[in-house]
Amino acid sequence: MTEWSYGVVIALCGVAAVVLAIDLARDRAAQDSHFIAMGVIEVALVAQLVGGAVALGRTDREVEGVVFVSYLVTLVLVPIVGAFFSLAERSRVGTSILLLAVATVAGLELRVWDIWGATGG
Amino acid sequence: MAEPAQVLAEGWGRALVFVYGVFAVAATGRSLVQLGMEPERAPLAYSLSLVAAVLYLLATTCLLLGGRWGWRVAGIAVTVELLGVLSVGVLSYLATDLFPDKTVWSHFGQGYAFLPLVLPFAGLAWLRHTRPM
Repeated sequence: MTEWSYGVVIALCGVAAVVLAIDLARDRAAQDSHFIAMGVIEVALVAQLVGGAVALGRTDREVEGVVFVSYLVTLVLVPIVGAFFSLAERSRVGTSILLLAVATVAGLELRVWDIWGATGG
Repeated sequence: MAEPAQVLAEGWGRALVFVYGVFAVAATGRSLVQLGMEPERAPLAYSLSLVAAVLYLLATTCLLLGGRWGWRVAGIAVTVELLGVLSVGVLSYLATDLFPDKTVWSHFGQGYAFLPLVLPFAGLAWLRHTRPM
């Protein structure tokens, strides 16, 4: 699992963030479509966790293994916790929480990218 | 002293708990890694990371628990957090030799999109909004 996966997740987060921000501006509560988007991001993150663990086993570059994997695990948890928090607030607060969760995922992706080493395969 | 007018972890408070929770995890993780790997490299910065982690955990817990004691302790934690991010933010620019490695609060939380600077203000505003009548 290499650089492109970070780009994919960040792009997904970007799209989700735009949709969420628009609905937030319209004062809408979190919609089914938002949760589907979170689900898509979640699938990508699970794939990234598996792929990242495999890649970590194969690489001979110096990566802080524990830190790397704990970031990947945290990433998987963020959309789930965010979705539960959001479901508890069926108002624009819920939409905001999803937006915060997506922003958190994007931020963590950048850190993981750094930890893995931003250049080379 | 009456109970807070509103449950601390509901409404916008829930969004606040989410962000505080993320920062509690982030700061705890950061301080564990820093202290676990090379504690002697920057003892002050790493201790401050640990302090930040404890404050975020405390604030998150108090918001979740609610009640007047939760409200009070959260107020103290958030106030200390504000003082911390302001003083570490200033010091990290002025006394760079004190901070060979970064903390959550270095440069006013630059590495975390300046959220560490915004968060205590949001926290204080929320606590003011929910203050016991």
